[in-house]
Amino acid sequence: MKNKILNSSAFFSFSKYLENKLSEVGRFAFFAKKALVSIFNPPSRWKEIFKYIDFVGNHSLGIILLTGTFSGLALTFQIWLGFNLFSAGDLVGPTVALAILRELGPVMTGLIISARAGGAMAAQIGTMRVSEQIDALEVIGVDPIQFLVSPRVVATTIATPLMCIIFDFLALVSSYYLSIHFLGLDEGGYWDKLSAWIEISYLVESIFKATVFGFFFGLYCTFSGYYTKGGARGVGLSTNKGVVTSMVMVIVLDYILSNFIRFYYLVTA
Amino acid sequence: MTRDKVKNTITDKNAIEISGLKKSFDGGKDFVLNGVELNIPKSKITMIIGFSGTGKSVLMKHMLGLMKPTSGLIKVLGTDLSQMSERKLMKFRMKLGVMFQYSALFDDMTAIENAMFPLIEHRKDLTHDEVYSIASEKMKQSGLEPKHFDKLPSQMSGGMRKRAALARALALDPEIMLYDEPTTGLDPILTEMVDDLIYSTHYSRSGKTSVVVSHDLHAAFRIGDYVIMLNNGGVLMDGKPEDFISSKDPLVRKFVDTGIRKKDV
Repeated sequence: MKNKILNSSAFFSFSKYLENKLSEVGRFAFFAKKALVSIFNPPSRWKEIFKYIDFVGNHSLGIILLTGTFSGLALTFQIWLGFNLFSAGDLVGPTVALAILRELGPVMTGLIISARAGGAMAAQIGTMRVSEQIDALEVIGVDPIQFLVSPRVVATTIATPLMCIIFDFLALVSSYYLSIHFLGLDEGGYWDKLSAWIEISYLVESIFKATVFGFFFGLYCTFSGYYTKGGARGVGLSTNKGVVTSMVMVIVLDYILSNFIRFYYLVTA
Repeated sequence: MTRDKVKNTITDKNAIEISGLKKSFDGGKDFVLNGVELNIPKSKITMIIGFSGTGKSVLMKHMLGLMKPTSGLIKVLGTDLSQMSERKLMKFRMKLGVMFQYSALFDDMTAIENAMFPLIEHRKDLTHDEVYSIASEKMKQSGLEPKHFDKLPSQMSGGMRKRAALARALALDPEIMLYDEPTTGLDPILTEMVDDLIYSTHYSRSGKTSVVVSHDLHAAFRIGDYVIMLNNGGVLMDGKPEDFISSKDPLVRKFVDTGIRKKDV
């Protein structure tokens, strides 16, 4: 009897949890639709879009510069250590480039910018919610989603791939310098293998992934901030939720997109 | 003159009419507003008072269309808000100005930018200089000196923030000004200053309506033309301030007597 009660209460909790999650997914879908439609509704928000591109892009430049350079260095060094064991040093260049362009570049950029800019956006919108600034916008007759959310989503969608290109470039340049000037690899062989293995489509792949990541975390972090409840604790929780979910989803989306891209190549080959 | 005995006695044309308004946040188990019936007369200062947690702010959010009622009718300036689409509501709200409890100034804009914001959004026919000139006029009308115009909300005192919030609310010259607990958390001198500001603002805008949601009884008696008292999700009493003083209703008496004693102390 006791087990029966326990089971039924566990089932009740699980079904309640599922119901909450499903309703949140529904709310997110509705929010996303509204944010997307609002991008094309007048008035245009170019001033806000450029302001947030500056915030998401320019302000992240320092971190991208450091992480891009050192990711390239670390990856090159580790791959060289391994490949050197069976005299395949000339494959270091293309292997690093492949890893950077297809995976590391977009994923690292997505993670870094979602943590830095996404967290800040969730916190800012959350604070505006609890301090009634969003209500004030509505009362003034300004659609808060059009004014606060859509420009941020456009900005993250534009700025993340731009940051990804910088990340990729710095990682590849640092990898080249380490390989040629410190690890003593042959420059001719390095370029030879690189040009044979690496295609421009890998860079397109990198940009495509970063664009999707930027769009998703921009949308999710603003969603999380927009529905903040409570005071300072609520802002903390929504910021945390926005950042954690965005980071997890960058990894999940990366796997999904990798499969999608492979499928696309197979179909179009 | 309790609600049971007297149905709204105001005969003027009403700015806001509410009937059978019910609001529940938990699917109908518990009602914050339970069948509110009230009329807010045009061109007067109406005070909505009541103990904490009686649904005053929720009622105000319904008047603004920020919340949808579970059931009931809300007519503002003759328009039923409960049936209005979000897009139409956005436009309609330009007829309303609100001073929020904690001012709700946009914290990345200066005081003057806050006052200019509604004009920039809705008066595309105006040049930047014209917008600035109207906004600075509203700031002066609200008692904020030009030396404070370029301050961010975080650099302003509570009183200055209230004045800047009032200037922003007045920017589009709204038909109805709503004040949500305008004196909460302020010291007695600032409280009186804000009450005077509401009073002078109201009488400098002839024909416009003011609604003040407050638990400050003295403000209700000092500046209110008409008072509505909420209790248990409904209207306990409405009438002129002097009707409240002479009321025999025990709850009204308790509210009035406590308010007067507090002021005497």
